[in-house]
Amino acid sequence: MSGVASPSAPAGLMGQFLASPKAMISAAVALLLILSAGFAPLIAPHDPFALGTFNLMDSELPPVWAEGGDPRFLLGTDTQGRDVLSAILYGMRVSLIVGFAAVALSAGIGTLLGLLAGFRGGWLDAVLMRFADVILSFPTILIALLVSGIARGVLPDARQGDYAIYVLILAIAINEWTQYARTVRGQTMVEASLDYVKAARISGLANGRILGRHILPNVLSPVIVIATINLGLAVLAEATLSFLGVGMPVTQPSLGTLIRIGNENLFSGVWWVVVFPAATLVMLVLSVNLFGDWLRDALNPRLG
Amino acid sequence: MLPFLIRRLGQAFLVVLTVGLLSFLMFRFVGDPVVSMSREDATVAEREALRESLGLNDPVPVQFATFIGRAVQGDFGISYRNQRPVSDLIAERLPATLELVFAATVLALAIGIPLGVVTALRPRGALSNIVQGVSLVGVSTPTFVTGIMLILLFAVTLRWLPSFGRGETVDLGWWSTGFLSASGWRAIFLPALTLALFQMTLIMRLVRAEMIEILQSDYIRFARARGLPDRSIHYRLALKNALMPVLTITGMQIGGLIAFAIVTESVFQWPGMGLLFIQAVQFVDVPVMAAYLMFVGLVFVALNAAVDVTYALVDPRLRVRG
Repeated sequence: MSGVASPSAPAGLMGQFLASPKAMISAAVALLLILSAGFAPLIAPHDPFALGTFNLMDSELPPVWAEGGDPRFLLGTDTQGRDVLSAILYGMRVSLIVGFAAVALSAGIGTLLGLLAGFRGGWLDAVLMRFADVILSFPTILIALLVSGIARGVLPDARQGDYAIYVLILAIAINEWTQYARTVRGQTMVEASLDYVKAARISGLANGRILGRHILPNVLSPVIVIATINLGLAVLAEATLSFLGVGMPVTQPSLGTLIRIGNENLFSGVWWVVVFPAATLVMLVLSVNLFGDWLRDALNPRLG
Repeated sequence: MLPFLIRRLGQAFLVVLTVGLLSFLMFRFVGDPVVSMSREDATVAEREALRESLGLNDPVPVQFATFIGRAVQGDFGISYRNQRPVSDLIAERLPATLELVFAATVLALAIGIPLGVVTALRPRGALSNIVQGVSLVGVSTPTFVTGIMLILLFAVTLRWLPSFGRGETVDLGWWSTGFLSASGWRAIFLPALTLALFQMTLIMRLVRAEMIEILQSDYIRFARARGLPDRSIHYRLALKNALMPVLTITGMQIGGLIAFAIVTESVFQWPGMGLLFIQAVQFVDVPVMAAYLMFVGLVFVALNAAVDVTYALVDPRLRVRG
């Protein structure tokens, strides 16, 4: 396992990657899932949104290998006659869009605030870190639910469905920016006291330029690690909120919404409508988490 | 000790006040209380009268003081959806959630501690490998999926246990308990297990880490050198010392469990506060949301303050930092 080259050098990282079956398998599975979600419109056997193509005669068909399965519907159909496999592909797309957007938003805000807090110090630092403490001391799910409840109260009823995705992204990001901010702040304080930053200051560079061109590149590796790990968490948070009925609407279902719909029909014995979306969700999160774990060990940044 | 106590309680008070402010802002500014509370065909004059009687025409700081004053007396207003006092709704739902959290904590300790000990004593054993594999998948599985799978297995396929509700409850004064009937015990098992799983892995990892560290310490080596039997070393000497941090963490996690119960209660239709809260979020029942936020905030602050004060009592060095 222990690479000869320095772990932070790109070549060393690639070498470590090729030497670790865990990293390669998890990356391959994650990439396969992400790509199939991305190309869902091209590879999905049916269009789960074209209501006109559904046939109630096809409803509640079991997966193809079970008795009564239909080769047109690999993983069976739901109560409306919708193809489960296609619904999963499109649902995973929605889950991943929310996940990536939440990670990008929280990483962007968190890194920016962390840089400012660490570089400026003083009252800005104190206020931001206190605020982060308060957020961290409450469970993610509670804060996300409150954000979603407030959004429901403030937004007009008719547009709730259109705004649902943005509300979800905000509800998740508001929890996760704290981790980036804390880590980047600590790292920035270390970097700011080093000679190269002093040299840049003496040579008369503006603060913004020092932060952006000199300090930022040196604090990025923990940000990448946290972002990878948080992608799994964000997808889980989205699924939980959608399952609770305050996330994605039925017209634009994510994996969590699909599991919610399937759960309502659990007792009629239609297990495939809930088990396959659930299995896809677990597989996606597990592969992303395993890859994140490996990346953390390989890059070995100081995480605050 | 006294200055530390005052400072710590002062901090706790400030946090509670902040949470109270958040609740108030939500109560006052999310939607219009007058519109939510009056009939659809109410006249402008009727609405104005309601606005005046609710005190919504007073200056905002005065309204905040009134809100806090009422909250201290347990008055959180009337639920928009149920048209009943929020405090009644919460008092009704509280026993269900607390019994669920209690059962989950007991289950987590009863399974987590033995697993932690076994995996610490035989880190390469078959059981350790199984536990490691299961917890790897477990971390990536959301609570609601675990709950659904348990329902699918034990309620739908095997039909051993019920999948929703509390079963038969017995009223003891205002407290309704499910622990006094057979159906209550059957009903609580699956939700408690679902809620306990995360706690369980946490406790197991903690016990394992503590045990491994303690087993390498000098007093254990001395005990071995004296020829004490393994059983006595493992359980009487090592485990006893490993349990201290476990109990503190378990205590601190109770607030988190109450919050996580939202998901579990939703899966099993468990009639507790979490279900009340999630329905409040769905229907924008702001008084219930505000009261729930206040309640959870209070539990968190009280638990954290209690742990800090206990630590300070035990270890004088901690009193300085505050």
